[in-house]
Amino acid sequence: MKLSREEVIHIATLARLGMSEADIEKAREQLSNILENFEVLKEVDTTNIPPTAQSINLQNIMREDVPADSLKAEDVLANAPDREDDFFKLRAVLDFD
Amino acid sequence: MRKNDLFKLTIHEANELLKSREISSVELTRSCLDRIEQVDSKVKALITVTGETALKQAELADERIARGNARLLTGIPAIIKDNMCTKGIRTTCSSKMLEKFVPPYNATVISKLNDAGMVLIGKSNMDEYAMGSSTENSAFFTTHNPWDLECVPGGSSGGSAAGVAAGEALFALGSDTGGSIRQPAGFCNVTGLKPTYGRVSRYGLVAFASSLDQIGPFTKDALDCALVMNVISGHDPCDSTSVPEPVPDYTKGLAGDLKGMKIGIPREYFVEGMQSGVESTMRAAIKKLSELGAEIDLDVSLPSTRLALAVYYIIAPSEASANLARYDGSKYGFSYKDTDSMWEAMEKTKQFGFGAEVKRRIMLGTYALSAGYYDAYYLKAQKVRTLIRREFDAAFKKYDALVTPTSPTVPFKIGEKADNPVQMYLSDVCTLPINIAGVPAISIPAGFSAGLPVGMQIIGKPFSEPTLFKISHAFQQATDWHRQTAGL
Repeated sequence: MKLSREEVIHIATLARLGMSEADIEKAREQLSNILENFEVLKEVDTTNIPPTAQSINLQNIMREDVPADSLKAEDVLANAPDREDDFFKLRAVLDFD
Repeated sequence: MRKNDLFKLTIHEANELLKSREISSVELTRSCLDRIEQVDSKVKALITVTGETALKQAELADERIARGNARLLTGIPAIIKDNMCTKGIRTTCSSKMLEKFVPPYNATVISKLNDAGMVLIGKSNMDEYAMGSSTENSAFFTTHNPWDLECVPGGSSGGSAAGVAAGEALFALGSDTGGSIRQPAGFCNVTGLKPTYGRVSRYGLVAFASSLDQIGPFTKDALDCALVMNVISGHDPCDSTSVPEPVPDYTKGLAGDLKGMKIGIPREYFVEGMQSGVESTMRAAIKKLSELGAEIDLDVSLPSTRLALAVYYIIAPSEASANLARYDGSKYGFSYKDTDSMWEAMEKTKQFGFGAEVKRRIMLGTYALSAGYYDAYYLKAQKVRTLIRREFDAAFKKYDALVTPTSPTVPFKIGEKADNPVQMYLSDVCTLPINIAGVPAISIPAGFSAGLPVGMQIIGKPFSEPTLFKISHAFQQATDWHRQTAGL
């Protein structure tokens, strides 16, 4: 079963991943091939088998909320694509026009 | 030993010579830098060579040795995979996305190695975001296998493996999510360990699949591997998945034969499509373990092994799709600017910042986590993950270790699998189950097939690294595969 064009575009939108027409066609092909290899799991009986999210027995690690040194704003902003004063400068998320 | 041959030393050999002041760290570092100058244009293991800072660190190491407070890795040149943050030194993840990223802090493993006196000699090439098995997914260039320059070094930590195999440093760090330390170690004839999940802090490691990722060493032998683990292991308050188990001295208890050791050989790892040369090399290596006193059981079955590939390629891309959502061009990394719309900028940032394999996995993971498919893919994979873990748990009630080939084939040619993702994924078929279960495994040189290295994977229960080192060390005392070096 090959993924439809619409399905690929839907996934790309969820991932906020831009794609060219050629990318979409290639993704249909390759993702479908990979998904076929997942069919093997359908035959496995997992009734009453709990899921494993991670392999260690640690949960909810807590610590005292003690202030400590953190990075200087200048260091944190050193890699910023765009900044203004001590802030990351972003485009408007909401468009009010 | 001639001063310009110092790059050939192991860490433990170099330690002795540094301690007795027969050599200096500056001489050792120069030897590695000369070696890089001589061979790295062919091998292309390194993205960044930090020659100047390396020599400064070496001078400081020599002063420290003179003061008598050297530690085990003081003055030892090392290569670090380019997905671990090094303060002030570019950390690219072999991605256009992070091509100019200079971290403002050190990963915990780097801080620990710095405290020990490591000399950082360079940052190594890898598959972009550690996704791949050949380094062909690097956005910059492909690393070549020192044993045959037309072959891949394996991946994703291919630069680290090839760098140690080529003598560019005495050890390296890599990361292993589905085999990314062990497979290249096997392909390049070096020793590579994926520690127990949680044994080594991942703070400052660029996240790929958080329930699977683990940092570990590449070295020239098992003793060196133990030495590096002594330094990098342990709990870290900055990584809540690091386990607060005490760290033993891994260099203790290596000596002696393997009498009383029970080793199982799971038949599912001798898979269809396995090269006959790999199989015969493995059979000979297993015979050697038996001669060393280990009790070998060839009648072991882990039937869920065949499901590991599917489980891995659902879980790892799912986690990756969440982890990589952060590369939106706002805080650091590549940022597409030539548009007025925020959403379009974000989409184009990812489209042009990530390479094909990374985008493929983001798509795959997003699909597996999306409404309507979550139960069928992600949740199902997590349940099968439980079955795979239980089989390992049961096996380790009977055996001290399991032994398998590290890969079903010797190194393949550059370009051979580059356009076929499923074929490429299959090259990790023997290593993926180990990350799924979270157990430790080491790959050590087992011999050669048609002149190319074959790796033997030794798997243990959680926190059984000492057992893996003991078996590896005994094997390496009785064989000299690991001492053979590529003629470059």
